Amino acid sequence: MAALTKAPDKTSMKTKSAKLKRSRRESSLWWMYLPSVLIVVLFIVYPFIDGIRISFTNWNGFSQTYDYIGLDQYKRMFADPDTWLVVKNTLLYGIGSTILQNIVGLGYALLLNHNLKVRSFTRTVIYLPVIISPLIMGYIWYFFFAFQGGALNDIFLLFGKEPINALGNPAVNPYIIVFVNTFQFVGIAMIIYLAGLQSISKDYYEAANIDGATGWQKFKNITIPLLMPSITINMVLNIIGGLKLFDVIVALTNGGPGNASQSMSTFMYNLYFSRQDAGYAATQGVLMAVIILIISMAALIYFKRKEVEA
Amino acid sequence: MEQISSRTKWLLTGLALVITLFHLIPFYILITTSLKKVGDFTSKWAFPTSFDTENFALAWEQANLGNAFINTAIITICSAVLLIFFGSMAAYALARRTTKLNKYVYMLFVGVMVIPPLTALVPLYRLVVDVGLMNTHLVAILNNVAAFMPLTIFLYAGFIRSTIPKELEEAARIDGASTLGVFFRVVFPLLKPITATVLIISSVYIWNDYQFAIFFLQDSSVQTLTVALAGFFGQNSSQLNLVAAAALMASLPMVMVFLFLQRFFIEGLAAGSVKG
Repeated sequence: MAALTKAPDKTSMKTKSAKLKRSRRESSLWWMYLPSVLIVVLFIVYPFIDGIRISFTNWNGFSQTYDYIGLDQYKRMFADPDTWLVVKNTLLYGIGSTILQNIVGLGYALLLNHNLKVRSFTRTVIYLPVIISPLIMGYIWYFFFAFQGGALNDIFLLFGKEPINALGNPAVNPYIIVFVNTFQFVGIAMIIYLAGLQSISKDYYEAANIDGATGWQKFKNITIPLLMPSITINMVLNIIGGLKLFDVIVALTNGGPGNASQSMSTFMYNLYFSRQDAGYAATQGVLMAVIILIISMAALIYFKRKEVEA
Repeated sequence: MEQISSRTKWLLTGLALVITLFHLIPFYILITTSLKKVGDFTSKWAFPTSFDTENFALAWEQANLGNAFINTAIITICSAVLLIFFGSMAAYALARRTTKLNKYVYMLFVGVMVIPPLTALVPLYRLVVDVGLMNTHLVAILNNVAAFMPLTIFLYAGFIRSTIPKELEEAARIDGASTLGVFFRVVFPLLKPITATVLIISSVYIWNDYQFAIFFLQDSSVQTLTVALAGFFGQNSSQLNLVAAAALMASLPMVMVFLFLQRFFIEGLAAGSVKG
């Protein structure tokens, strides 16, 4: 690319081209991105910064007046047992779904990388949930897990067992949420891994075969290192998606029972709209941003470094 | 990959079929639930003995799905068009002119990508109320455009840097075309593959969006499909047959688009992931 721009101009165009080049260097063409900058600043950057300001107030979300109360909301947040419950759930949703999606997605990709007759049909079915609204996917699984008339309990009844209230059980329902989120988005991981697998040259495996490598050795020493870029993308995509989880929770448990399955997103929503606690909701928002930022940056740096090593 | 024996191939095919069946379970349950009469408490696994489309007509009317379809379509189409128009233009300037200002602006967009949009919910809600945009299509459109703009610019800029030859633009400029003319007549047509990726990714998410819609589109006249469905579920949690029928109808358009244009969905995602 650099070589192209530095290539000498044709003599006849020399002066004109040089002039063009100079004017190009001077102009940022700022008017071309002005609309995009404005909309992003107005709808993301400004509210984000204003949110930090509101987190220092006791605003209730609708009144015209409110007071600045310093760090009181932050003290309240760190002393609130719900905060830690919700952070724990959020991490479970983020990290749990990421691990599951990547293991299962890679497994599916390895399977479908073989030239099977059912390959494209299987791929379509696994990918299908990706294009359905997470809210609707949540409802669909609700039909499965529901206490009354759920498909799971129909099986229990068939075998004469007591029906179970899986969605109402705080020991179980966060895991159901992880499962549903994984089920929905594993197709994306699978497609990215499939694309990665197909870009690995067969020569590596042939060379390894000559050396008498076992299947596991080939997987560990060829497939995984060469898949590192796909692994990075999947890890970062899934972790960000999982930490922000909202719709599936609303559909399956609505955060309940109590706050047992609440994520930071749903918790914040409830604080603002149900409890008129806007100042506190903003404080929780700041915590959420910090957590997502730290984890996604850490994941990005960690996997990028692995890529370089590999 | 590697050569495998035909016996292994049969085993793997069997495994793939088992996985496929497992992934079809929720859809099967959705269909049987939606077809059963209200008050039919037979097992969800059993296919209904009498087919009944009454649920669909009832759900369509009660959940006001017709109206919700129109709202969702307006918001999705307008958002996607604005994203592609402004996003590609912005990415072009940022990718081609590496001035100091442009480097900072590009960093701004990349930085914004890590801000979870929901964390700004409280002030955003207030801003929307203050400027009187509550319960309008416009607020949903602008919100979605803002949320997807960084990714759109990131994808377009990467594509322009790596695949569009500069000589083409230079030739057009020497012919006296304006910057906008060069962009729309020469560059934009070459961006088709990445435009398809942006169009697909953003449309699917915006069509299915619930997080933003539930905050800003609470009035029934502007409700999107997800908001209408959530409200409908709230009122009918004991009549899952109706909810299932509504859920099926709400998902069908995207599913049809996906089945017909599957190649673009999957290739677009793979291309986006390799480039990104």
